[in-house]
Amino acid sequence: MSETTVEFTPAAAPLAEKLLAPALEILDRYPAGRERSALLPLLHLVQTEEGYVSPAGVAFCAEILRINKAQVGAVATFYTMYKRKPTGDYLISVCTNTLCNVLGGQEVYDGLVEHLGVGHDQTTADGAITLEHAECLAACDYAPVVTVNYDYAIDEATPQAAVDLAEQLRRGERPVPSRGSRICSLKEMQFQLAGFADEREGAVADGRAGAPSLRGVSLAQEHGVAVANFTIDTPIPTTKPARDESAKAVKDAVRPSAAPAEPHHESKLASVARKAAGAVKAVVEKVEHRHSGEPVKAGDVKDPEVRAAEARNPDAATPGSGAASAGTRPQSGPVPSNAAEATATGDNAAAGDGKPAGDSERGESIVSDTNAAHRSNEQSTGKDNPGWQNAQRGSEETK
Amino acid sequence: MTQPRREVLQKLTPVLTKRWLSPDAWKIETYERLDGYAAVRKALDVHPDDLIQLIKDSGLRGRGGAGFPTGLKWGFIPQGDGKPHYLVINADEGEPGTCKDVPLMTYDPHSLVEGAIIASYAIRASRAFIYIRGEAVHAARRLRHAVKEAYAKGYLGQNILGSGFDLDLVVHSGAGAYICGEETALLDSLEGFRGQPRLRPPFPAVAGLYASPTVVNNVGTIASVPYIVLGGADWWKSMGTEKSSGPMIYSLSGRVANPGQYECGLGITLRELIELAGGMKPGHTLKFWTPGGSSTPLLTAEHIDTAMDFEGVSAAGSILGTTAMQIFSDQDCPVYATWRWLEFYHHESCGKCTPCREGNYWMVRTYRRILSGEGTYQDLDTLQDTADNIFGRSFCGLGDGAATPVVSTLKFFRQDYLDYIEGRTAPRLSAKTLVGAH
Repeated sequence: MSETTVEFTPAAAPLAEKLLAPALEILDRYPAGRERSALLPLLHLVQTEEGYVSPAGVAFCAEILRINKAQVGAVATFYTMYKRKPTGDYLISVCTNTLCNVLGGQEVYDGLVEHLGVGHDQTTADGAITLEHAECLAACDYAPVVTVNYDYAIDEATPQAAVDLAEQLRRGERPVPSRGSRICSLKEMQFQLAGFADEREGAVADGRAGAPSLRGVSLAQEHGVAVANFTIDTPIPTTKPARDESAKAVKDAVRPSAAPAEPHHESKLASVARKAAGAVKAVVEKVEHRHSGEPVKAGDVKDPEVRAAEARNPDAATPGSGAASAGTRPQSGPVPSNAAEATATGDNAAAGDGKPAGDSERGESIVSDTNAAHRSNEQSTGKDNPGWQNAQRGSEETK
Repeated sequence: MTQPRREVLQKLTPVLTKRWLSPDAWKIETYERLDGYAAVRKALDVHPDDLIQLIKDSGLRGRGGAGFPTGLKWGFIPQGDGKPHYLVINADEGEPGTCKDVPLMTYDPHSLVEGAIIASYAIRASRAFIYIRGEAVHAARRLRHAVKEAYAKGYLGQNILGSGFDLDLVVHSGAGAYICGEETALLDSLEGFRGQPRLRPPFPAVAGLYASPTVVNNVGTIASVPYIVLGGADWWKSMGTEKSSGPMIYSLSGRVANPGQYECGLGITLRELIELAGGMKPGHTLKFWTPGGSSTPLLTAEHIDTAMDFEGVSAAGSILGTTAMQIFSDQDCPVYATWRWLEFYHHESCGKCTPCREGNYWMVRTYRRILSGEGTYQDLDTLQDTADNIFGRSFCGLGDGAATPVVSTLKFFRQDYLDYIEGRTAPRLSAKTLVGAH
């Protein structure tokens, strides 16, 4: 496997140094050519370091995914859980959607506003607590609800209970939440949101079911009500033999080192990243196929919107071009290693930012913009992208 | 609080909720003791097409709100097309009032994992995603743990139980966007974009995730699958009604004595559900309620005997939705409730289409004015007109959902609006919230 150099700009380098290993682990969860799917978890990941999506965090996501910062920014600003300014150690959310609201959620929120002296999406001066009013938190049977770092902290909340909780948190205590796991910091929670296991002893076991969740089933048990005639051996009517060719799934392209990442691989990457600090060169062999290929020249059959987007952002496909990165990229990447995978990937380019609005059959010819799936398609078919719906396919039988 | 009568208690059908009583059901050893992963063994021994037929025969309909027949949806996936297929589970529970999926994933996560394996095998997918709402952190924690355990025991990964079937399952946390509960917006979000809905067709069954054939199913739908595989289609149909088969988790919240999750056969009535919940809270009389979340038109006390199945609620002029029944009493104001929902829709509108983006913006302001005691009669016409222009003209169902509480409260509770306008009800909001309303 050939090695490719990923260049991190000085803006992204400090984060890359810390987050490259988990970031690569996140990338591994998604099929080859579909790494952009990792963007949401990556944005959660950058919040573990800074508590919000900083410009450096945007740069880091953009560079590792080889998209431009505007594309990352567009996504980061769309979602409520990506914070745009530094947050406190704990995020207290009070549901003020209709049901919680009429049952007292508004008073709980107003009480916290008055007590903490901050409003929605603001952080106390001591940096301990960020307050927000939230929309429905999916626990209406416990209304009104308060969460800390998104874990259910107070059920059937009262203004006094909420103020007490805030005070405990400010004193550095970690009160036992009503149904969530033991309280951690918001940054630690972001690591879990990025898709990593909660490693704290006993944390997964925390939080017993509350009475409302169990009300119906407890009532049934109490009165001996059960569904009759449930026999697990009930035969499934069959018309075909259990396994034949038609029962087989077509695999999508697997990234070169399939998840879960091997530990030695990770540590190697991490150490390389550490060495690269400052001047920033990290050797990343796992991601090379995404970066193979040169920017596509005009004259192809791209969607005009995509071409326009690229023209506006000539550097979209080459972050870090400020550093001397030219020539480090293989000219002809071996895209996915087997032909069926390559075809499967190429046939189905992911929708790009430049995807058409979808008011005509243009909606069918979804093309990607700076996405490597698109480039790899062109390489694998050796000609212009014909659009996924009429692309040549078929070599899957050779698998 | 009153005790429910015996005949009403008999309507409880604990199936999906049954394991919640076992505090350790989230652990694989406990789950396996409680019939867990027996369905996978059974399912992998039959042809996928026979599984699809089994689900069709069971009459299972989607639990996420639309009630689309699940077997039919699976059958739409083109087979032998040479493309990878995907299963995407919609665990982005965010509809106001809905609270059935989070407890299911928290207290019985393996049932969802097991359902995902069976469904993936049926549609010939070798990769599945659970898109879980970002805020549902404890459910995600338990679910990730369950997935890890399932890998370790060989229920996920390569060559599952020696069948030759491979499956990778990824739990993907969202980041706080209600719109991502809309299936095509969810797919965009899962691809790493802003969650905005796509035009259909092409439907996800043809061009879904990564433009490949994709099944998007709700948590409750997928978690139902192992039970059907075990108990059979006829057993499943012994619950519910002819056209709406099976059990359903009804989430009762608000002004009832015992809010909570009540799993009953489809077709039970609100009167019976309130009886199960110990009656209304003392001193409260039923005034209005949502049959399935705030996006379904409100119903009133006169609809208390409506059969809560897909057909019954449609006949009453609403939608079964997610059976999230938020119950409001004579002490709650429908105008205030609607305003608060609209603040939600306004905040959550993705901005893609004009009717929803602009309509909600202006309706919120009109409501603030009415609730501040500054409303006029024309405001009611404006609201009706705006809602009519959102409904059916917005890009996705979220816009329709925003219009429904407006239309239904104007229809049933016009007098409550007039009471604000004519000064009989004290203003609920102060004039400072009026900035921007003209």
